[in-house]
Amino acid sequence: MPSEEVIFQDKVDREIRIEPKDWMPADYRKTLIRQISQHAHSEIVGMLPEGHWITRAPTLKRKATLIAKVQDEAGHGLYLYAAAETLGITRDEMVDQLHAGKAKYSSIFNYPTLTWADIGAIGWLVDGAAIMNQVPLTRTSYGPYARAMVRICKEESFHQRQGFEILLVLSRGSKEQKAMCQDAINRWWWPSVMMFGPNDESSPHTAQSMKWKVKRFTNDELRQRFIDICADQVKVLGMQLPDPDLKWNEETQHYDFGPINWEEFWQVVNGNGPCNKERMTARIKAHEEGQWVREAALAFAGKMSSRAGVRG
Amino acid sequence: MKNTFPLWEVFIRSKQGLDHKHAGSLHAADAKMAIENARDVYTRRQEGVSIWVVESKHIHASNPDEAGSLYEPANDKVYRHPTFYDLPDELKHM
Ligand SMILES: [Fe+2]
Ligand SMILES: [Fe+2]
Repeated sequence: MPSEEVIFQDKVDREIRIEPKDWMPADYRKTLIRQISQHAHSEIVGMLPEGHWITRAPTLKRKATLIAKVQDEAGHGLYLYAAAETLGITRDEMVDQLHAGKAKYSSIFNYPTLTWADIGAIGWLVDGAAIMNQVPLTRTSYGPYARAMVRICKEESFHQRQGFEILLVLSRGSKEQKAMCQDAINRWWWPSVMMFGPNDESSPHTAQSMKWKVKRFTNDELRQRFIDICADQVKVLGMQLPDPDLKWNEETQHYDFGPINWEEFWQVVNGNGPCNKERMTARIKAHEEGQWVREAALAFAGKMSSRAGVRG
Repeated sequence: MKNTFPLWEVFIRSKQGLDHKHAGSLHAADAKMAIENARDVYTRRQEGVSIWVVESKHIHASNPDEAGSLYEPANDKVYRHPTFYDLPDELKHM
């Protein structure tokens, strides 16, 4: 009889999804809990920079779109929290970890949204980078995570398209609107490129995650694909990506690009980005102010069920 | 003080004539809230015409370790499948 570890890896190799009650290595469970909960936190914190513009969207159509997008992100957070819960962590534990600063979320959401064009740049670049990461995760080895990703990916493509459309309109507008469009691209480009995480040689867990098929491509592979696609898409806008070294390479059939400022990346990851404190304060406040609502709902439910019991 | 809403499983019928299918789970204080939340979370794009919610603790599941013994016996009962029966080609509509 082969060991449980061997059976597990054999299932993964044969593309048989692992389900919650199946045996799995403790580290596989730990890795997934960390990755899925970070991902969930990112969806939830990610609502803040965009939510900032709901009251100031330039038209009713844009406002309706933005509300729908932000509502989708709340849903994404919920699908992912639910997937993580199947691994044995509770929602409260995850929320506590986030609020205590022990859990990470995508560092991109620690940048401010200064102009309306930022909403366009977020849709195009930030959701675009997220999609690049998420599409391979629809085939990740853990069943509940893969199913959550399928649902999320179906919704993401509208996010990216509405963002690009915002920029397209600005790119065809007045001189000021064009400048606003370029400025937003300048500020969001590099943080988006960093969304794929550290270079492969500085991400020690990649090999294990690939073997478990939690990850399907390395950070650098996905980053290159993202840059190649954006370098072409930006031409439709008639704008520039803020990278003087960006150049098509005939030999590799990819775009070469300039050095990434990893110092900035680690600063933001470690809490020193422009909006880290603001984001956490907003999350904690929302959670605390909802406390009485949760208490009331539970008290009401308890009362109704005890009444039903008496009538029995 | 922690107020943990119980966990519910959500099943959605995507259109009349089809079975309800598991869509995911969520936390809610009671069945009414579970259905309302399920509508907001799982049917924002006309994914469903009907929703069932069941509190997760009421679901009894087979044990995955027994999966082999539950399903394998069917493997050697090939006579349960129509292709097991060898019939002449001139026999039509069967
Ligand atoms: Fe999302
Ligand atoms: Fe999105």
